[in-house]
Amino acid sequence: MISVQHVTTSYGRTVVVDDVSLTIADGGVTALVGPNGAGKSTLLKVIARLLQADAGVVTVADLDVARTAPEVLARRLAVLAQDTQVPVRLTVRDLVTFGRFPHTRGRPTAEDHALVEEAMAHLDITDLADRYLDEISGGQRQRAFIAMVFAQDTDHLLLDEPLNNLDMRHGAQLMQIVRDAADRRGTSIVLVVHDINAASVFADHIIALKDGRVVTQGPPQEVMVEDVLESVFDVPVRVVEVDGYRHAIHLSGRLARPRTG
Amino acid sequence: MSVSAPARTPATTGRAPRRAWLIVAIVGLVLLTAASVMVGVADQDWQILTTSRLPRTAAVMLAGASLAVAGLIMQLLTRNPFVEPATAGTMEFAGLGLVLVMLTLPGAPIWLRMLAGTAAALAGSAVFLRLISRLSRGDILGVPLVGLVLGGVVGAASTFLAYRNDLVQSLNAWLTGDFSAVISGRYELLWLSGVATVVAVVVADRFTIASLGHEVATNLGLDHRRAMALGMTIVSVISASTVVTVGMLPFIGLVVPNLVTRIVGGHARRALPWVLVLGAGATLLCDLVARTLRYPYELPIGLVVGVAGGLVFLVMLLRGFDRAH
Repeated sequence: MISVQHVTTSYGRTVVVDDVSLTIADGGVTALVGPNGAGKSTLLKVIARLLQADAGVVTVADLDVARTAPEVLARRLAVLAQDTQVPVRLTVRDLVTFGRFPHTRGRPTAEDHALVEEAMAHLDITDLADRYLDEISGGQRQRAFIAMVFAQDTDHLLLDEPLNNLDMRHGAQLMQIVRDAADRRGTSIVLVVHDINAASVFADHIIALKDGRVVTQGPPQEVMVEDVLESVFDVPVRVVEVDGYRHAIHLSGRLARPRTG
Repeated sequence: MSVSAPARTPATTGRAPRRAWLIVAIVGLVLLTAASVMVGVADQDWQILTTSRLPRTAAVMLAGASLAVAGLIMQLLTRNPFVEPATAGTMEFAGLGLVLVMLTLPGAPIWLRMLAGTAAALAGSAVFLRLISRLSRGDILGVPLVGLVLGGVVGAASTFLAYRNDLVQSLNAWLTGDFSAVISGRYELLWLSGVATVVAVVVADRFTIASLGHEVATNLGLDHRRAMALGMTIVSVISASTVVTVGMLPFIGLVVPNLVTRIVGGHARRALPWVLVLGAGATLLCDLVARTLRYPYELPIGLVVGVAGGLVFLVMLLRGFDRAH
């Protein structure tokens, strides 16, 4: 379980996360959604101890993230931040193998190598294994980093906008992989997504933030409602159902004045 | 050299020739070592060998290998290919520490001077890191520029102090690398460099992980700040002991690691054997050239390293540096 209690974070004078308290139960996929500047990524970074909160306590699996030794936490919690720029010449396999570092401290066994190969196969990057990270595309690099956190094999996984840089096919593939990890391995996954429809289709639970506060949360059926989404994003929204999943359409100008006839 | 981006052969087939080349390089290093031991004005006898030739050869190898390692560590930690102890002001800070200790405690024993040099180098690294943290991230050239300016200012301060206090000779000895004065009993501090280098080899993975940035490093359970501190301490020990015993040697820490990471990549554990061998080998070669070009006289090795290193680096730059990093 992830527990966030009265967490406040600010950059300079701007309060980005404003006294947020929430709990995220074990298992399943939770999506953090909200407009730009809502504090989603900041909150995710605080949970992942990449950022120190000004106030409040975060625990993951009963470990206080601010006080637990980094290597202990790294075996329970993996996080992928948005920035995947690498100025150093490493191969894809090198990077994914570092996912095993928290477990091996640099001495990977045959079992670790097998997990690395499996993670690369999962993310469809086996044929890139020996390429350098600066020679492949942004989307391929993104998948290499995701393979790294999968190889880390933790029970909690946090992803900050994992769909960035990915085309439609790889985006859908990734969401399917995330779904599988939650369903088959029982990994608890929290992700920040901009694509609210991806959240609707793949998440079990959606938490909507705005101005650093939690506005609403619940299963997709409860959050994917026109007036709820309009109050979160400040834009006119139509919700339609396709194949049993709710999708939001937000072509604001047209929707504000529906065509007649 | 991978200027374009061809498809790579899989590691399983690519590693064997790579290892073969490393063996070739090691054989070359052994030959250079033998040459270094045999070249000299005096006739070969046991005493010359133990008091002069072997110590000199050891000093050259230690300085070259450890400076190359220091360069690699700095490049990983700052995520910048142009940073090394001579372009980040580290060497100049070590020199300033030495000047200061000679001013305040003229009769200070060598270990105290070494300590002062290391402490100053460490303080200098902290200043350098603080300064470059203000640069925008894409500013690859700004980082070494800041280092060079910092080194220039600190070097000028040292020179000023030295002129005022009649220490110019000592200062010159620290500023220009020279192995001609190395004899048994006057170079042993360099073994500290060797120890620091061994530590670097043992903890190499941490530097590679730190090079992935604070967030990825934290995710992998690495205390990023501690890794930075450890790396900079190693670099400072290497810089100070080199400056104290043989003086500044530019370019080794820049050219060798850049050449190696182009060929075998930036994974420190994989790059280090190459960096050690090529660092020692290149410095031995420069020293041999310095000793034989005007035989029986010697050129300062700093001159040879400057010309050779500068040329190699220029070629690397023109062949597309940004591809390699």
